Amino acid sequence: MKFRGLIFANLFRKKVRFLLTIGSFAVALLLFTFLAVVKSAFSRGTEIAGADRLIVVSRIGLMQLMPISYRDKILAIPGVKAVTHNHWFGGVYQDEKNFFPQFVIDPEYQRRVMTELVVPDDQWNNFLKDRQGAIAGARTAERFHWKIGDRIPIKTTLYGGSSWQFNLDGIYHSERAGGDESQFWLQWKYFDENAPDAVKSTAGWYVVKLDSPDDAVRVAKAIDEKFANSSFETKTETESAFAAYFVKQFGNIELLILTIGSVVFFTLLLVTGNTMAISVRERTSELAVLKAIGFSGRAVLFFVLAESVIIALLGGFLGLVLAYLAIPVIGLALTGLLPPLILSKSLLTLGLGFALFVGGVSGLLPGIGAMRLRVVNALRRV
Amino acid sequence: MVQVDGHGATASLIQVRGLDKKYKRGSEEIHVLQGLNLDVDQGEFVAFMGPSGSGKTTLLNLLGGLDVPSAGSIVVSGDEITHMSRGKLTEWRARHVGFIFQMYNLIPVLTAYQNVELPLLLTKLSGAERRKHVETALGLVGLADRMRHYPRQLSGGQEQRVAIARAVVSDPTFLLCDEPTGDLDRKSADEIMALIERLVREYRKTVLMVTHDPVVAQRADTTLHLEKGALVEAGQRRRVPAGGVA
Repeated sequence: MKFRGLIFANLFRKKVRFLLTIGSFAVALLLFTFLAVVKSAFSRGTEIAGADRLIVVSRIGLMQLMPISYRDKILAIPGVKAVTHNHWFGGVYQDEKNFFPQFVIDPEYQRRVMTELVVPDDQWNNFLKDRQGAIAGARTAERFHWKIGDRIPIKTTLYGGSSWQFNLDGIYHSERAGGDESQFWLQWKYFDENAPDAVKSTAGWYVVKLDSPDDAVRVAKAIDEKFANSSFETKTETESAFAAYFVKQFGNIELLILTIGSVVFFTLLLVTGNTMAISVRERTSELAVLKAIGFSGRAVLFFVLAESVIIALLGGFLGLVLAYLAIPVIGLALTGLLPPLILSKSLLTLGLGFALFVGGVSGLLPGIGAMRLRVVNALRRV
Repeated sequence: MVQVDGHGATASLIQVRGLDKKYKRGSEEIHVLQGLNLDVDQGEFVAFMGPSGSGKTTLLNLLGGLDVPSAGSIVVSGDEITHMSRGKLTEWRARHVGFIFQMYNLIPVLTAYQNVELPLLLTKLSGAERRKHVETALGLVGLADRMRHYPRQLSGGQEQRVAIARAVVSDPTFLLCDEPTGDLDRKSADEIMALIERLVREYRKTVLMVTHDPVVAQRADTTLHLEKGALVEAGQRRRVPAGGVA
């Protein structure tokens, strides 16, 4: 590229300004990437939800329990392949900061419904034989340095405040990228024996595996109709709709992130645009000379755009490197408060695309100004 | 041969006929050039003089295709430039015109070599060919040993010589010089004028120069005065082969 020398010479003409612009770009892109990662963490449940699964909850609300007898009634509905029931245990391990979700599960159907959460057979068989057994997600096991055979005390906050003891019989992994590996599963029978009377023989929600995703609407309607006008009416929806509803309980995360992201975007646009505008204004006479000796308006526009895009790419790259280094550390500090923060390749590509877009747009206005510059007027200003 | 009566030979390198240029300043219309005629042959060295605001630079801008006239025509080497589109005019300038400005107008972040190479970036010449041309041009102006210097590391006279090298490196049809010695001391000005004269005498370059300085104007073959928007011949100098002044 024979214009390389000219473009790079102009880029480095004011080194401090160049470095500051790159720096502001990098910091803004770090923030943008972090926001995108947080958004992705919250929406991941929706994205990875099984298309062939339904969630059945009480029509009154998620905290309202349903009879355990519903499982077999749901199983009898045509199009239903398997049903498992879950219960929120809500316990604390050592300290309240150590949050992770604990679910009372139905060992009979859990693996047939949650097929992507894989437990080795030998570990699962040990779990089935052990009433106090527990299965932990790989992330939670790693977080607390648990190993199979460990005795884990969990103090319940919902059922009398006593400490329940569990034996870690297995560790599950998610086969889906970004899948939830933070859960802790307990035996329903052990829970049911020790739970208060009001909670006995109940389930918090049911997860229904369908024969085909095409049956989702029909089966959901059939389930709700089956329990209509009963003491425990149900509300059935797809797993992704349930995940989206669950995220909304935190507030409108998406709107919040979009708002902050937009502020970052426009600030960055203004900073880079201003830098480019100053840079172009400072060398009006030089641009005029270039046009006088035969460089076209489009060539001049190209030079300005190339500069802003290079600034954006360098700043963007630096910001992404910072994000790559910082997000695991931030994620570790926020464990339990936020879903896992994962900086995926698609987010890195999005970040780079964002940088390119901002670079292009911010260079466009000063570039067009330079393109339309009248040589005679510009030289007269010298 | 330079003529201002509009009856020059059709073979003249530059033919200007009935050139008008008007500017609007608020509601006022300023008629800078009025029905100006000019014929310049290849290898001529013409100086334009006149008071400030008489339209010397405007004429130079029109001849260089940097501005468009209100009326009239400019034909250079058979190309009528007054009706060319902006894009065509840009290409035409790259091929035919070498500009030398009073303030040198070098790109400060480029070395002397890179500044001189600029017009060649618009050609299809290879890197090696460009290098050869640049070295020749810088050698011609006596700055072969200053190629890697930046403008800030050169004196005013040296900067102007780099500007001259940049103007001639692509071997344009003619050179337009706007006060080329206006920012130089007398000694440097003499050196620059000697260089321009050499381009005319040895390389048969056609040079059109605007100047306020009568001493500088005397170096040209013909001096023309701009009066009331038209050109008036002020004097001719007999051309002598090399070095001497008539």
